[in-house]
Amino acid sequence: MPDQPTLMVRLEDLRQHYPTTDPEMVAEVVRAVLTSMRGDLSSGETALLHEVEELGVMIANARHEIAELKVDDITGTHIPSATDELDAIVAHTAVATEAILEVCETLDTLAGKSDGDVAATLQEATTRIYEACSFQDITGQRITKVVATLKKIDAKVSHLLSTFGKGRARKGTLLDDAQVDADLLNGPQLPQNAMDQSDIDRLLASFD
Amino acid sequence: MSIDKSMNVLIVDDYKTMLRIIRNLLKQIDFNNVDEATDGSEALGKLRSGNFGLVISDWNMQPMTGLQLLQEVRADAKLKTMPFIMITAESKTENVVAAKQAGVSNYIVKPFNAETLKGKIEKVLGNA
Repeated sequence: MPDQPTLMVRLEDLRQHYPTTDPEMVAEVVRAVLTSMRGDLSSGETALLHEVEELGVMIANARHEIAELKVDDITGTHIPSATDELDAIVAHTAVATEAILEVCETLDTLAGKSDGDVAATLQEATTRIYEACSFQDITGQRITKVVATLKKIDAKVSHLLSTFGKGRARKGTLLDDAQVDADLLNGPQLPQNAMDQSDIDRLLASFD
Repeated sequence: MSIDKSMNVLIVDDYKTMLRIIRNLLKQIDFNNVDEATDGSEALGKLRSGNFGLVISDWNMQPMTGLQLLQEVRADAKLKTMPFIMITAESKTENVVAAKQAGVSNYIVKPFNAETLKGKIEKVLGNA
């Protein structure tokens, strides 16, 4: 391989001149390789190298386009902001629900001091409010699932950035945190996918 | 069969709002001796040191889940016959099967209504 030292020198020279990658650099490197090896390659090998050159250009272009998309904004700003907003929703609904429950407990006390129909009507009303207030638990769990999904996206985008050589993927994997108890903890199901109480009762009865 | 509504009931959930809701619903059906825990390990400590007649527990809690609590209860010689109702948003077949295999007395899916809670308690305590 008489051309090898020359090729290595040229590659090192290119690396010195172009410390950061751009599409043209990739193409130039491949062209340099082809030029250095001219005469030593069969037509099939030449065609293959041309395809490698095109592939290199495509990858470099994709990287350039990803940089244009400003994906750093997604991981640095948009996703943290979205998760903060969702956490705030959970906190605010919890406060509101506690306030509703407090009023409801006052009504319950009044029901206890009342007689007959008034007491029954008040208790029926408070029961319905208690039932409805369980929305806070369900929505909290649903929002937690959404936050976990956002964190998965965040981790994948970071991985993408790392793969394309920006070297700015954050340390630690948020993905791991999102997969705690993944085997059985699925959280609330969407209504069209969920079993209702009668389905569960039938399933339990099948064990008897 | 009459149910002793003066018994101590332990409710377990990591959402304090949910504990408050269940406590109030229990009060409406005359269960007034209700204690609370916010995860399985706290519940297990209370169960071992107290005198409870019924456990109503959520599933999804940390560090000890409701399923793990159930398994610990069934493995404890003193607690193994304790009526145990799971109230959870986990509504997949695999969840119900796992809970049943672990020895759950009954299973309520969230969101639930007061009538369902009352019915399951009566069924579980009626069979106890």
